[in-house]
Amino acid sequence: MVTATVTVDEVRAWLDRVPDPEIPVLSITDLGIVRDVHVSERVVVGLSPTYTGCPATEVIEQSVLRELRRHGIDDVVIERRLSPPWTTDWITARGRERLLRYGIAPPAVATGKHALLAGDRPAACPRCAGTDTDRVSEFGSTPCKAAYRCRDCLEPFEYFKCL
Amino acid sequence: MSPEDALLRYVLRLGDNALVLGQRMTERVTGEPELEEELANANFALDYIGQARLYYSYAAELEGQGHDEDYFAYRRDSQAFRNFLIVEQPNGDFGNAIVRQVLFETFYRLQLDALSRCRDPRLAGIAARGVKEIRYHLRHASLWFVRLGDGTDESHRRMADSLARLWRYTGEFFDGDAVDDVVRDTHGGPDLVSVEAEWHAELEALAVEATLALPQGAPMQSGARDGRHSEHLGFLIAEMQHLHRAHPGVTW
Repeated sequence: MVTATVTVDEVRAWLDRVPDPEIPVLSITDLGIVRDVHVSERVVVGLSPTYTGCPATEVIEQSVLRELRRHGIDDVVIERRLSPPWTTDWITARGRERLLRYGIAPPAVATGKHALLAGDRPAACPRCAGTDTDRVSEFGSTPCKAAYRCRDCLEPFEYFKCL
Repeated sequence: MSPEDALLRYVLRLGDNALVLGQRMTERVTGEPELEEELANANFALDYIGQARLYYSYAAELEGQGHDEDYFAYRRDSQAFRNFLIVEQPNGDFGNAIVRQVLFETFYRLQLDALSRCRDPRLAGIAARGVKEIRYHLRHASLWFVRLGDGTDESHRRMADSLARLWRYTGEFFDGDAVDDVVRDTHGGPDLVSVEAEWHAELEALAVEATLALPQGAPMQSGARDGRHSEHLGFLIAEMQHLHRAHPGVTW
């Protein structure tokens, strides 16, 4: 049962407290995967998986249910929205800022063929803002990140790839 | 064949390709030549398992007999699988796995690209999500294809051998049957004639860069679409299904 007093904005604010399990400084709204929220007899939350094999998808759904239950909402339906597919372009400005402060270079350029074939590299080192960087490994601790090294401050850092 | 029946069979074929290749790639985990490849392969395998889940879940809904994704993965015998022969072939050495990846994924990317524009919204959604992943895999595999083909005498020889060995399994990509025809005509699926032309053109360009020659006029092997597989699939399925077969109905 949903009380009529719950608004879409309230639900969105609560969802904004649900962290991404792999990069907990980001909320799922920062990540841009909360597609829509409807409040009627029940609360319907549309979520987009970041990629099809993402092991975090089920964890995120459980976290959403738990967060809403904490606010007394039990009747929740989570719908997976595959289309259009999520892209890193949907990470919000605040999400990018949070990634940077956490030490992960946010995805630099818009996605698409160009990014895949050539220009996908971090704009700057998240620690010293130096632009002279080297890719150490295209594949990092999670599928979405690559490992880089800054040649100015010599520190290693991670880069959130454009996907 | 009804449009509904064709769509169900088509989606199951996609699921079988994704699951069997994902399982083969999983066999390579901890066996890669360097850490970066270890991460790449495991991540790419995960994409395939994820795609298989989407296809099988959709197939279960289309079928409407109360089955779920696990049923299609774990409760069918190998003769019921309709994956292409190439994805069930053993991994071989690193270069051989790369050649298999390039041959299959060049086709699969074109297939998904066409499906992302098809008239079935659910399948189009899965394909639009999947094509982004496969494009990324293929870029990675293509770099290795060129590096090893245009590498040392030994790497070049092995790549040429693998290409000759695996080429015979590429013919069935384009052997459209009634299922392909109905999906093309009623659901707006891929036209295999144009897919074949594009596949050849892309591989030709890549082979030139890799200093490799594509086999010409070699005999092709097929049969997987009718459930006639190579001997390798049975072993793969037996291992993959072991837990489910030993403990029927097991859940996490």
